[in-house]
Amino acid sequence: MGNSAQHTLDARALRAEFPILASPRPGGGEVHYLDSAATSQKPQRVLDAMDAYYRETNANVHRGVYEMAAEATERFEAGRDAVARLVNHPREATVFTKNATEAINLVAWAWGIRELGEGDEVLVTLMEHHSNTVPWQIVAGITGATVRFCPVTPGGELDMDAMRGMIGPRTRMVAVVHVSNTLGTINPVEEIVAMAHDAGALTMVDATQSVPHMPVDAAAIGSDFLAFTGHKRGGPTGIGVLAAAPERLEAMEPFLGGGEMISDVTTEGSSWNDIPWKFEAGTPPIAEAVGLGEAVAFLEEVGLENIRAHEKEVARQMLDALDEVPGLTLYGPRDVERRGASMSFSLDGVHPHDIGQFLDSKGVCVRAGHHCTKPLMRHMGVQSTARASAYLYTTDDDILALRDALIECREWFGAA
Amino acid sequence: MGGLDDLYQQLILDHYRNRRGRGRIEGASASVHEHNPVCGDECYLDILVVDGRIVEIRADGDGCSISQAAASMLTEVAEGKDLDEALDLVEHFRLMMHGEAEPDEDLLGDAIALEGVARYPVRVKCALLSWLALRDCIADYRETVATGG
Repeated sequence: MGNSAQHTLDARALRAEFPILASPRPGGGEVHYLDSAATSQKPQRVLDAMDAYYRETNANVHRGVYEMAAEATERFEAGRDAVARLVNHPREATVFTKNATEAINLVAWAWGIRELGEGDEVLVTLMEHHSNTVPWQIVAGITGATVRFCPVTPGGELDMDAMRGMIGPRTRMVAVVHVSNTLGTINPVEEIVAMAHDAGALTMVDATQSVPHMPVDAAAIGSDFLAFTGHKRGGPTGIGVLAAAPERLEAMEPFLGGGEMISDVTTEGSSWNDIPWKFEAGTPPIAEAVGLGEAVAFLEEVGLENIRAHEKEVARQMLDALDEVPGLTLYGPRDVERRGASMSFSLDGVHPHDIGQFLDSKGVCVRAGHHCTKPLMRHMGVQSTARASAYLYTTDDDILALRDALIECREWFGAA
Repeated sequence: MGGLDDLYQQLILDHYRNRRGRGRIEGASASVHEHNPVCGDECYLDILVVDGRIVEIRADGDGCSISQAAASMLTEVAEGKDLDEALDLVEHFRLMMHGEAEPDEDLLGDAIALEGVARYPVRVKCALLSWLALRDCIADYRETVATGG
């Protein structure tokens, strides 16, 4: 489809590595999975790595002196090495959490509770996922700080002039999403981080929707904190990552207390383990770290540059396909250089829930709802949208199936 | 596509396209506003009660075909019922949605067409939104009357 000669990634061949995509859906036919922004499918080798860990060397980490325990620790820490390498970040400042949400909460609680006060401002944006809004609202409620929202332009991009005006001496934290899960917009995070730092504010970049889809260089972005999750890029659920500036982690008090995160515990008090373990209380997600490490190896073999090139092509195809659907409104930028391949839309006369249900009957899996971005939905004047989101395994067949199902859907509900 | 036809029966699509009992009531005896946090769908429900009987009921708001059809069917079948009858009706519908009651067509009217929704757990909330709003509305009304408000 189209001039995809520059493609260096064979999505059809890659599909074979994902058991869910390689097998027919119940009732027959191909699965057109277009909900990778919610969670990606998992390649067989990730499942195998986790299975092998449990079968061959399951033991708790950083504890036992026996060989299996040492092997478990080695595989777990190798997962950390892989993730740190993926985003070009020091391993000792790469903290495993439960998910990206917990990574942001870690900062909101460990840093925000102690550092924020009356008159201080946390600047977020109207296109943040709830995970980069609600933790700040909770902490602001306790500390007396204020959460402000940078507006979004009608074209679905951050209003950078407004942001420039909103960052000031009261700003203590600028928390911004790298790629919007709803609009697909790629935000100029390097520029925002520099602006925030010039004003003396810290920065949190929610890289949940960028790390799986494009090369992300934490050092180049330069934020104090960068959060992302494992399950949206071929890894398992239950593991997320906080890549933080080492000196921030050194200066911060712990978030959760318990085993593993201590250096010493007496009846008088406790002292803390070195980073990153200071922020990893309790038994960590061991098999998940192993699976995540394998997912990183997989992505590196495919090549993040190739994934980004493929998704740009898919985004072009999707834009063309959606343009062919009568009564469809697309939200977010149309320039594929400025967006990822996650697209929200509405269909005149058909509610997103009904779109989702109808498409499901055609084997097309899309998300319907507010996508955990309710302030953005209100801003756009809609209650919900349907969203189709692609990944490295998305083919032109998936996009054509989406287009055909949408056209039929509108006729079926009598909206045409 | 049997599954889809089973969920979206013609009667449901008809109620969706031609909503009955839509709007608000000026000077209602009780009003509630409910929303489904999963999808953001909203329902405004107003009742006018005279001598313990719902003489008028109106539902407004936005939502999917299931939620809008369910609201439309509700207004048709609940109008004219006394408050206890209406509560029994809501409870019967609720049990049907959870697959815990044999649907009684005489009681449910067109709403019997929603029986198939019970097999789609994520859509059950859509169907229940306006019906549970009526339950809350009646409770509000009774509380207001009891406290002389």
